[in-house]
Amino acid sequence: MRSIRAAAVGAVTLSLALTATACGGGSSTGGGSNDAPKALTYWASNQGASVAVDKQVLQPELDKFQKQTGIKVKLEVVPWPDLLNRILTATTSGQGPDVLNIGNSWSASLQASGALLPWDAKNFDKIGGKSRFVPSALASTGVQGKDPAAVPLYALAYALYYNKKIFADAGISQPPATWDELIADGKKIKAKGSSPLGAEGSNVSENIHHIFVFAKQRGVDFFTADGKPNFTDPKVVDAVKAYVDLMAKDQVIPTGDAEYAQNQSVSDFAKGRQAMLLWQSASANLASQGMKDSEYGVAPVPVRSGTPGPGTQINSMAAGINIAVFRNTHNLDGATRFVKFMTSDDEQKILNKAYSSIPAVTSAQNDPAFNTPANTVLKDTLATSAAALPQVPAESQFETTVGTAVKDLFADAAAGRAVTTASVRAALQKAQQQMPAA
Amino acid sequence: MSDSPLAPPPSFRWARRVFLTLLTGFVLLPVYVMLSSSLKPLADVSGKFRWVPSGLTIRPYIDMWSTVPLARYFVNSLIVAGSATVLSVVVAVFAAYAVSRYDFRGKRVFTVTVLSTQMFPGILFLLPLFLLYVNIGNATGIALFGSRGGLILTYLTFSLPFSIWMLTGYLDSVPRDLDEAALVDGCGPLGALFRIVVPAAIPGIVAVAVYAFMTAWGEVLFASVMTNDTTRTLAVGLQGYSTLNDVYWNQIMAASLVVSVPVVAGFLLLQRYLVAGLTAGAVK
Amino acid sequence: MTTHTLEESVAKSPPGAAASSARRRPGRFRRAGLPYLLLLPALVLELLVHLVPMVIGIVMSFKELTQFYIRDWGTAPWSGLGNYRLSVDFHAPVGAALLHSFLVTVGFTLLSVALCWLIGTVAALFLQDTFRGRGLLRALFLVPYALPVYAAVITWVFMFQHDNGLVNHVLHDQLHIGAKPAFWLIGDNSFYALLTVSVWKGWPFAFLVVTAGLQNIPGELYEAAALDGAGMWQRIRRITLPSLRPVNQVLVLVLFLWTFNDFNTPYVLFGRSAPEAADLVSVHIYQASFVTWNFGTGSAMSVLLLLFLLVVTGGYLLATSRERRTSDV
Repeated sequence: MRSIRAAAVGAVTLSLALTATACGGGSSTGGGSNDAPKALTYWASNQGASVAVDKQVLQPELDKFQKQTGIKVKLEVVPWPDLLNRILTATTSGQGPDVLNIGNSWSASLQASGALLPWDAKNFDKIGGKSRFVPSALASTGVQGKDPAAVPLYALAYALYYNKKIFADAGISQPPATWDELIADGKKIKAKGSSPLGAEGSNVSENIHHIFVFAKQRGVDFFTADGKPNFTDPKVVDAVKAYVDLMAKDQVIPTGDAEYAQNQSVSDFAKGRQAMLLWQSASANLASQGMKDSEYGVAPVPVRSGTPGPGTQINSMAAGINIAVFRNTHNLDGATRFVKFMTSDDEQKILNKAYSSIPAVTSAQNDPAFNTPANTVLKDTLATSAAALPQVPAESQFETTVGTAVKDLFADAAAGRAVTTASVRAALQKAQQQMPAA
Repeated sequence: MSDSPLAPPPSFRWARRVFLTLLTGFVLLPVYVMLSSSLKPLADVSGKFRWVPSGLTIRPYIDMWSTVPLARYFVNSLIVAGSATVLSVVVAVFAAYAVSRYDFRGKRVFTVTVLSTQMFPGILFLLPLFLLYVNIGNATGIALFGSRGGLILTYLTFSLPFSIWMLTGYLDSVPRDLDEAALVDGCGPLGALFRIVVPAAIPGIVAVAVYAFMTAWGEVLFASVMTNDTTRTLAVGLQGYSTLNDVYWNQIMAASLVVSVPVVAGFLLLQRYLVAGLTAGAVK
Repeated sequence: MTTHTLEESVAKSPPGAAASSARRRPGRFRRAGLPYLLLLPALVLELLVHLVPMVIGIVMSFKELTQFYIRDWGTAPWSGLGNYRLSVDFHAPVGAALLHSFLVTVGFTLLSVALCWLIGTVAALFLQDTFRGRGLLRALFLVPYALPVYAAVITWVFMFQHDNGLVNHVLHDQLHIGAKPAFWLIGDNSFYALLTVSVWKGWPFAFLVVTAGLQNIPGELYEAAALDGAGMWQRIRRITLPSLRPVNQVLVLVLFLWTFNDFNTPYVLFGRSAPEAADLVSVHIYQASFVTWNFGTGSAMSVLLLLFLLVVTGGYLLATSRERRTSDV
C-alpha cells in the first residue's frame, strides 16, 4: 500500500514539475525574434491537384526569394485534413513554422488564440500598405476593429459551372440566374437522364459556405452584430431548409451526394455525368481531370431574383487563403519579407494563375490571364457580391456544429425522411446550444 | 480414423463446411475488392462496382509512387515500426523476466499500473504527450516532436503493457530449473536470461514482436499530429490519395495492397510462433 | 544441485522479510536491486508516455482551455469542476450528446465483442481437427487482423459507397433487397457499417487466442469423454467450453477495452464528423477537443471515460476472480 502511495506521489510531483515548465511553452519567446535570419519554415496549404503539384509550383518561387534575399525557405505542404490540427498543436507548444497559410475562415479563431502576428498599420506598411488588397478579401482576415491576423494571398469565389452539352441537349439556352430557374432547368435536365446539380453533403465546410449565402440572400446572418449565435432565427431556418430542399423537395441534387465529402461532385461534373456544379475556382481542377475549357460555361451563382450585388444579392462567400506569420517565429524580418514577396504583383500573378484563383492584390488583377470569361465572373463576384463568413472567434465551432447539422439533414433527405421547418429548426437549435457560452 | 469415437459426426462436418465457407467469403471479400480495384482504370473504380474488371491495368501501381511520396512513407514506417518493435521486445523481456523470476516490493503495483494503461483513451494523452515532447525538446535539445524518435518512443509504449503481460506468462512456463542450472554454472542473472531463458522463450518473443509491429504499422491518430512532411508514416500518408479533385481509388487500393503485403506475409510466416506464444503465454 | 540451492538461499535470503516468497521462489532469484534495474526502462517509458501525460491531462480537465488560452495554457483560468459539470449535465445539449455517444459506444462494443468472440470461437473449434485445407484457412483467417487498419477500413469505405459500392451492388442490384439502395456511411445504417468493419477486423484475434487456448486442453479429457459415450457436440459443451473459461475471461476484457477505445476505425470510416448513429465516444471527444478547440472539456470527458473503464474493469476482474474461486471449491 505504501508503495502505491509513493508511486502516486512521485508521478504527481514529476508531472507538476513538467507542467510548470510546460507553462512556458508558447510564450517563452514572446513576440518573435530574429535568431535565425537566414532560414524560414513555410507551411503551405494544398492548393493544387496534389501535394506534389504544389511543390512544383512553389519551389521555383522560393528559389527566387532565396536569390533575392539569401533566405532559404523550407517548404512543407500540409494536406487540408491535417492543417488545422498542426496549427493548433504548434500554437499550444510554440513550436511551429515561421510563415503559414490558413483558410481565411479560420482567421478570427486563430486571431483569438494569439498565435499569429497582428498586422497593424506598421506591419502593413512593410508590405506596401493595406490599400493594395481587394476589400472583400481583406474582410476575411479577423474580427472587425482588430488588427488583422493574416494577409490575403489567394482570393476565391463561388461560381456556377455548367456543362454546355447537357444544357443544349435539354434545350436550355442560358445558365439559370435565379434559384427558381435553376430548379426549373434541373427538371428539364433530369428528364433527359442527367443529374442536375452536385453537392458535397457530408463536407461540413461546403455546407456552411452554401447556407451562408442562402442566409445572406434572405437578409440574415448566423451571428448577431455582437457576435451571438442566431441559428434559430426563422429566416436562418428558412435558408437552411431551402438549401437542403434542393435535394429533399426540388430533387435537383441527387440523394447519393449526401455522402460526398471528397469532392466526388467535382469529378462527377468533370466526367460529364452532372450538369451543374457550385464550386470555388474550379478551372484548374477540371482541367486536371481532362475536362476542356470549351466544354463548360461559368456563370454567377444564382440569386433569388434580379442580379448579384451587395446585401440580399450576395451570391458567394469571399473564399480564399490567407498568409500569416507565426508569432513565435525566429525570423520576424525574414517572415515579413517573405509575405511581401508572396503578395508582390509578380508572384500574385504567377501563383494565382497556377491555382486558377484570383489575385488578392488589386493591381495584379489587370493581367490578361484574369480576364478570361471564367475569371471575369469570379473577379466580378469578389468585387461586388461576395461577403466574408462571420468573423467571430467561435467560427470553427460554428462550422462544426451547424455544418454537421446540415450533413445530418441531408442524410435524412437521402433516406427519404421528411425535412420540415420543425426538423430544421430542431437541428439548428441543438447546434446553437452546443456553441460555447462566451 | 473415421471409426474412432473422436471422429466428428456428419452434422458437425456439415455445419463446419457451411460456416467456414461463409466466413471465408466474409474475410476475403474486401481482399478481393482491394486486389481487383487496384488493377482497374480510374474510370472503372469511380463508376458502378463490377465484379469483373472491364480492363486490367497496372498503371495504378506505377502512378501511386508519384501521387504521394509512398516510398518515403514506406521507409519511415519501416524505421518507426521496426525500431519500436525491437525496443519494445527488449524492454518487455527485461520487465517480464523481473516479474516472472523475482519477488520485490511494488511488483503488484507495477503490473497493475502497466496493464491499466491499456484502458487509457489515446485522446486523453495526445495533447499532453505532445506538450511533454516539445518541452523535453526545449529543455534538452533532443527533438522528440516531429521526429521519428518521438514516434518510436510512443509506439513502443503502446505495445509494452500487453507484451510484458504476455511474456511474463510465457516466461512462467519456461522451467525455472533451466536458469537455475545456468546460474549454478556461473552465469550471472543476465547471462542466464540471454543464454537460457530468451532462447527458450522464442515463440513468446516472436508473438510479442508481431503484435508490437502491427500496432506501430497501423496507428493513425498520433502519427497525424506528431509527424511532418519528412517523417510521415504510411498510415497517414495513404490519405494523400484523396486529393482536392479526385479520389484515386485504384491507387489507394494498389498502395494499400503494397503496404499490406509485407505485414501480412510476415504475420502468416510467423503465425505458428504466434499460436505457440499465445498458448504458453497469454492463455494459460 | 539441491544442496547448492539450499546453501545459496540460506546465504542470500534476508531474514523474515520475504518469507512467503521464499516459499514460492528459490532464493537465488532474490537480489535487491536487480529486478528494479530490469524494470527501469519499462517504468521510465510508461511514466513518460502514459502516466505523466495522463496526469497533465487530468490537470487540463480542470482548466478552461479554449482557443483563447491554448497558446499559453499555464495561464488558462482554473474552472474547477466546470468542465465536468458541463459534460454530465445530461439535460443540456453537450452532456446529452456525450451521453448519447457513450450509449452508442457501449452498445456497439458489446455487440462487436460478442460477435468477435462467437465467430472466433466457432472458427477455432471447427479448425481444431485436421482436414485438408486447414492450414490455408487458418492463414486466411488471420489476414484481416494483419492488414494495416487504414488499408482495411478504407477498402470498406470503398465498398460501402452509396452509388458505386459493392455492398449496394450486391444487396440492391443483384439481390433486389429494398426499393432504393441504402446509405451506409451516413444516417442510421452507419452503425451497422461500423459494426461490420469492427467485427471483420477483430474476430481473428479471438480466433487466434481461442486456438491457442484449445491447445492447452489435454487430449485425454476428450478421449475419456468419448469412452463415456459423449458425442462431438456434447464434448464441446462439457469439456471444451468450460476449459476455455479462463482464456475467455482475459480475451473478452482485452477485446472490450480495445473496441471501446478504438479511434482508428471510426475515424477512417467516417472522418471527423461521425454520423449520430455511429458517434463513438473516442471520435466524439476528439471532436470536442481538436475540432472545436476546447481541450479542457475534451480532457474532462476523457477522464470520465477512464473512470468508467476503471470501474468496469475492476468490477469485471473482481467478479471473474470470485467466480473462479467458487468454481475451484
